[in-house]
Amino acid sequence: MVPSQKYQRNGLVQMSLSSLFENPERLNRWIDIAQSSFLPLLKGALLYSLTIAIASFFIGLIIAVLTALARLSGIKPLIAFARFYVSIIRGTPLLVQLFIIFYGLPSIGLMIDPIPSAIIGFSLSVGAYSSEVVRAAILSIHKGQWEAAYSMGMTYWQALRRVVLPQAARVSIPPLSNSFISLVKDTSLASVVLVPEMFRKAQEVVAATYEPLLVYAEAALIYWVICFILSIIQDRIENKLDRYV
Amino acid sequence: MITITDVHKQFNTLHVLKGISLSVEKGKVVVIIGPSGSGKTTLLRCLNALEVPTSGSVQIGDVKLDFSKKVERTSIPKLRKQTGMVFQNYNLFPHMTAVENVMEGPVTVKKVDKEKARAKAAALLTKVGLGDKLDHYPAQLSGGQQQRVGIARALAMDPQVMLFDEPTSALDPELVGEVLKVMKELAQEGMTMIVVTHEMGFAREVADEVIFMDQGVIVERDTPSHLFAKPREERTRQFLQHLK
Repeated sequence: MVPSQKYQRNGLVQMSLSSLFENPERLNRWIDIAQSSFLPLLKGALLYSLTIAIASFFIGLIIAVLTALARLSGIKPLIAFARFYVSIIRGTPLLVQLFIIFYGLPSIGLMIDPIPSAIIGFSLSVGAYSSEVVRAAILSIHKGQWEAAYSMGMTYWQALRRVVLPQAARVSIPPLSNSFISLVKDTSLASVVLVPEMFRKAQEVVAATYEPLLVYAEAALIYWVICFILSIIQDRIENKLDRYV
Repeated sequence: MITITDVHKQFNTLHVLKGISLSVEKGKVVVIIGPSGSGKTTLLRCLNALEVPTSGSVQIGDVKLDFSKKVERTSIPKLRKQTGMVFQNYNLFPHMTAVENVMEGPVTVKKVDKEKARAKAAALLTKVGLGDKLDHYPAQLSGGQQQRVGIARALAMDPQVMLFDEPTSALDPELVGEVLKVMKELAQEGMTMIVVTHEMGFAREVADEVIFMDQGVIVERDTPSHLFAKPREERTRQFLQHLK
């Protein structure tokens, strides 16, 4: 039994590979599927993957700055809270966090829709990881900058907003851009909480056509093109901000 | 105008200022000299509470802070608004142009209208000889030019007193003159100035009074002609000899 099964499997692989090139019908089917799935996939990418990534990133950045400031505040309970938050988020898988938010919280009466669930999960994740970047960036700003701001009568918040954060932002752009690009790819995890983003669309197309290689490769290609464009934008921003350094 | 009374500053076990009392009248230029570690920079920084004194009081104009009691958080910016500080390393804001650096205090702290602040900043930069560099970033300026922007930035807040913390120490020798020239002009206009410096020529020429500090105390204070020609204290004499 065993040798013949193996033989059969090889035979199947051979058949499908050769059939693709020898059988124009199969090739046409691939082209059809690729064409008809492209727009839904792109729509999923732009409408959901990218939008959720952008929304989560901005909320996450606000959380990151607040967490970094808490860590730097010198106030013990604030420091402990910030550390606890970062530790929990970094120490547990994002996939598990999304499951807890979407499938777990309803059991204590907290029903959150798929998209808000995804945004909450991703924002908390960005907030924790980026808080360390922001903290390091704030610490990298020379003490004299604070003193110059204070010496003209600025308060802590004025010095932070006008003098320190703009400079810290410049320092953190390369690592934060990397986080953003990672986040765009991580949005594929939102498929498990039923967000109709690109990867879930791809799964639906596969279920209907049974062409996983073609459809998942197509999704991968779209992710790659988006990330490629994002890295070009990153370069532009870095060049622009470098002008005065 | 400026009165400080029995100011002490301790960093853990290090006693940097050991009871400094000093008063400076309006329009006077006081130069503080002394070896490194004598506490002269700390004293200057206590005047605008960049270092908070451990005890003692500081009064500038009509703002008085007694550091022996608990000082209200809001009163420290009030004291700082009376002073303009010029730093050894300039500490210009690198993400702002020269004119934006000078406008920043008036706009953010005093809520002055932007256009008015810009006009005033431009006038101040012209006064320090940088009227053609308004839109340059600090990185595009020489050290001497940056320090002159630093002076204009401090002046923009209309301070009662200007504090200079070794303003020429980080400069290449050929750039020292342009900064001292601006400081001399300020002194001639009647600005009250307290200057920590190693430029004895400046002290001789411009100061109304020279203070020699060592090990956290004021050893001697006198007019420059007296202090440099015939110091009363042995330690002052030793220090001045080392300079030659």
